[in-house]
Amino acid sequence: MNIINNWDWNTGRRMIADIGEWKTRYQWVEEPYVSPDGEKIAAVIKPPDDEVFTICENGAPWESTFDKVWYPRFSPDGKLTALVSEAGEWTLAIDGQTPEEKFEFAWDTRFGADGRNIIYIAQRERKYFAVINNAPWETGFPSLTGLAVSTDGDRAAAAVQTVPFKEAEIFKFQEGCYSVAVDGTAWGRNFVNVWDVVFSPDGKRTAAGIRTSLYDYTVAVDGVPWEKSFASVWEPQFCPSDNSVTAPVRSAGSWFLAKDGKILWDRKFVQLWQHIYSPDGKKIAAIVAPTFGRWTVAVDGNPWQITFGEMVTDAVFSPDGKRVACLGKENEKWTVIVDGSRWDTYDMAWQPVFSPNGKNVAAKVEKNGRYTIVVNGRPLKDEFAATWDPVFSPDSDKILIKAIETGNNENKYFRRVIPLGAVTK
Amino acid sequence: MHDIYNFVSGTLVWVSFILFTGGCVYRFVSMAALAKKKDPVIYEYMSLRYALRSIFHWIIPFGSENMKMHPVFTIVTFAFHICLIFVPLFLFAHIILIKESWNISWWFLSDSIADVMTLIVVGSCIYFLVRRITQPEVKFLTSISDYLILAVVAAPFITGFWTYHQFPGHKFVGIIHILSGEIMLVAIPFTRLSHMIFFAFTRGYMGSEFGAIRHAKDW
Amino acid sequence: MAEPAVNNTKQITDEGIVRGASKLTPEKIERVINSVLKAETGARLKTYVDICVHCGLCSEACHFYLSHDNDPRFSPAGKVKQTIWEILNRKGKVDAEFIKRAAEIASTECNLCRRCAMYCPFGIDIAYLLITMRRICHKLGVTPQYIQDTAHSHSATINQMWVKDDEWIDSLMWQEDEARGEIPNLRIPLEKEGAEIYYSVIGPEPKFRAQLIYQAAVIMNASGVDWTMPATPGWDNSDMCMFTGDFEMMARLKKIHFESAARLKVKKIVMGECGHAFRSVYDVGNRALGWKMPPIPVVHSIEFFYELIRDGKIKIAKKYEKPVTFNDPCNMVRGRGLHEMGRFVTNATCEKLIEMHPNREHNYCCSAGGGVINCGPPYKKTRVDGNRIKAEQLFAAKARGAKTIIAPCHNCHGGLEDIVHHYGLDMDIKFLGDIIYETMEKPE
Repeated sequence: MNIINNWDWNTGRRMIADIGEWKTRYQWVEEPYVSPDGEKIAAVIKPPDDEVFTICENGAPWESTFDKVWYPRFSPDGKLTALVSEAGEWTLAIDGQTPEEKFEFAWDTRFGADGRNIIYIAQRERKYFAVINNAPWETGFPSLTGLAVSTDGDRAAAAVQTVPFKEAEIFKFQEGCYSVAVDGTAWGRNFVNVWDVVFSPDGKRTAAGIRTSLYDYTVAVDGVPWEKSFASVWEPQFCPSDNSVTAPVRSAGSWFLAKDGKILWDRKFVQLWQHIYSPDGKKIAAIVAPTFGRWTVAVDGNPWQITFGEMVTDAVFSPDGKRVACLGKENEKWTVIVDGSRWDTYDMAWQPVFSPNGKNVAAKVEKNGRYTIVVNGRPLKDEFAATWDPVFSPDSDKILIKAIETGNNENKYFRRVIPLGAVTK
Repeated sequence: MHDIYNFVSGTLVWVSFILFTGGCVYRFVSMAALAKKKDPVIYEYMSLRYALRSIFHWIIPFGSENMKMHPVFTIVTFAFHICLIFVPLFLFAHIILIKESWNISWWFLSDSIADVMTLIVVGSCIYFLVRRITQPEVKFLTSISDYLILAVVAAPFITGFWTYHQFPGHKFVGIIHILSGEIMLVAIPFTRLSHMIFFAFTRGYMGSEFGAIRHAKDW
Repeated sequence: MAEPAVNNTKQITDEGIVRGASKLTPEKIERVINSVLKAETGARLKTYVDICVHCGLCSEACHFYLSHDNDPRFSPAGKVKQTIWEILNRKGKVDAEFIKRAAEIASTECNLCRRCAMYCPFGIDIAYLLITMRRICHKLGVTPQYIQDTAHSHSATINQMWVKDDEWIDSLMWQEDEARGEIPNLRIPLEKEGAEIYYSVIGPEPKFRAQLIYQAAVIMNASGVDWTMPATPGWDNSDMCMFTGDFEMMARLKKIHFESAARLKVKKIVMGECGHAFRSVYDVGNRALGWKMPPIPVVHSIEFFYELIRDGKIKIAKKYEKPVTFNDPCNMVRGRGLHEMGRFVTNATCEKLIEMHPNREHNYCCSAGGGVINCGPPYKKTRVDGNRIKAEQLFAAKARGAKTIIAPCHNCHGGLEDIVHHYGLDMDIKFLGDIIYETMEKPE
């Protein structure tokens, strides 16, 4: 929240960059990315008459050029990063600067909540490790996947291979050759498989879904499996308010929510996954299929009346924990659902965003190739060629819209802050 | 003998009809309930249109590729099934019995046609028997129960033919005829003959999967 | 009277089966079989077993049966008799030797091609019965070694070829580089959120057939579609766990696949020329997760190419000259009815199409699908000998002039390559993508 307080929340509209002008200047301009505060826009570009690439940010190219540039991403505090390669070596460039430390490959850039810590995965000499602020783990592993980062970005963990095995050594594999490495140190206990590593909110503990044989799935917390095993398991979550861990588990052909190895909700589902906690840890919502082929959200085990045939996804709690919003899809059309009530339909919709006071919901949507922002079910009058997730002001009275406009302003990127009243009245 | 006749043509008829009807209902209802419990997905994919499309192609002679590949079998099996159903339902002698009992009646076959149709059933059973013994791919699948079922199906027709033509011992054979008919009726819901109940559903389910989901023919 | 159910004339040497079976006890076998039958089967299995009249009419549907001089042990119902029927008759009281042979029959002598479902008058889904046998074998830990290794790869890397996350991204960048030699402005857009199309492939493409990614990139760029590929696990749409009977892992793979597409906010998934992956994504894996139909529409390349050519997005510069024949893949034709679209694309790109017979829904399986080719070298002979009929079918097409086989499916390719080689057919095998790439107008 601190970061957002410092943004420009004065009502008004400012042009930040003219992407159309970039396109006249460069051979090549890829899809742009926008900083969280909307003050910066950047894209991978190919300068004229050259076989190299770099990044253009607000009209100014980085000084360095590279053989390859991809994955431009802004940190929460507005630093611009991109994965770059020069002479076959990869690293992460930050605001155009590249560190000394280079790797055979680098990918999956992540950020701590305040942007101070920047993390990615890298490979060198067939060893895999996480890199935090350019410092690689001391230990590398023969394989690593599913990077997890603590909330503040101080710590990183991932599923890693701890025991080498050769091709087709199936019985060795089944003895357990995988574990979780936290800051480069493995849990000390191996499993047949490890998936979905997560950190506790305070960053002190880790949990993951595991398989201890080809048939026994459960959750391991800091390397210790639950006593009971299940037919399958999905991603676990730590409760923000106590030390418990919950995960969807499969038993006797149905899915349940389990807490510390015991069934929590007294209701079974055809499917149950992507469960989330309210910020205070008191409520749990999950995406569920109460019957085959019908999807909805269940809050504390109680499914909403409204169901969708194709998909329900992107569930989110309001900051006060009182409301839940998500996306639903039926007949190839998407909609936003807030507390079981649906909005209009769109060709695509993005995860809804709550205002800090929980009273308002906004989402980016697309219809017929044009984008707009819908607030509390009402779309803005303007349609955009591109837009990004909206952000509510700390006092919940205004909304920040970042968009590339159309018509006379084609290819021009504007940042605007509008009073909520202007949209919702 | 008269007592036995009265028993098989009286009480046992009722018993067999009850077992047949009740058995069919039971098999159908219990299977539907089992499907609901264990294979609920079947209900989601059943499509009336595509079920009927598939059934239609498989109840028309030479409606499927496989039938075209086996013309003799196709002709025999269609003739067999048609005669198997028509003869008992539309035989003059059966209708007379029903009229005597309940004073209802319906259209019937001439005795000579029924005679020919009976021979078709018996001949078909012989064909199936020979096929079971001589065709390796059928023989491999065959167990004693397959011969028993064939016998159960053939018996009422052989004995009926015998009785109608008053061959030696026809009075005794007549009792066997009634008894064997009853056995066959009762066997329908509880043996492989239950394909009479389930054919439409297995065929319809495959037709629905092929037609509605996979957009392909299944014949 | 009845033939013996199990014929043990052949020595089983596959490590996955032999070593897996060595750990079995009669009690374990009985317990596992009955728990699978009780917990996971119901009306379908019961009805299919109850009503089968043992007529043998499914026999000629099977390429194994036809290729083994009508040996009844290879007929579809014959295989069921040697596996599921016997298990049901003996209420699970079978020994490890039986399980070994049953595992081989179910995993290597049946491609689950579903041709027999079209020949059974009752519409009995024989492939379902044999996959149930595979499921039991999985639960018993008796699965051929190579496909089990693939299933392990799926579980650990979420792709079937042990491709690591960086190797995947690197392969795409490498193909992008290569293709830029031909089309300088070509791009393989990674992680482009909001693109129209998510292009997904199978594990062997980055590993062995990277030129297919190259060609797909050329076709995508030339047709001007808005597309992307993920830089995360989920990119591999393939699924050998579906074929080993590890349905829990199958579900996990499909979940990750669809989630990666949902995360990228695409409208549809276009997939490369693979058959089994389509089956997994379209009507098996999705169901295991509770989705009646795929949550994001899945378009197979055959249909995608059909649309591109129909809509004029791809123009053909010069048609492919050699006469071709078209091998209908089971999972695209019996599985999705794309046979006419395949012929539309073939006719649009090739001078002459010579049909093989039978064709369309009735085409013979390549004998590689259903996970059989993934059982590896120990079973190569099984599947090649088991498909002499395919060689005869191809020889007949060749006699009428066909020189090239178009097979829009990875498994068909692998299977047909071995058949062409073994039987001395001397024919080329191409994907539709190969033909389009070769014949299309390319951007400067």
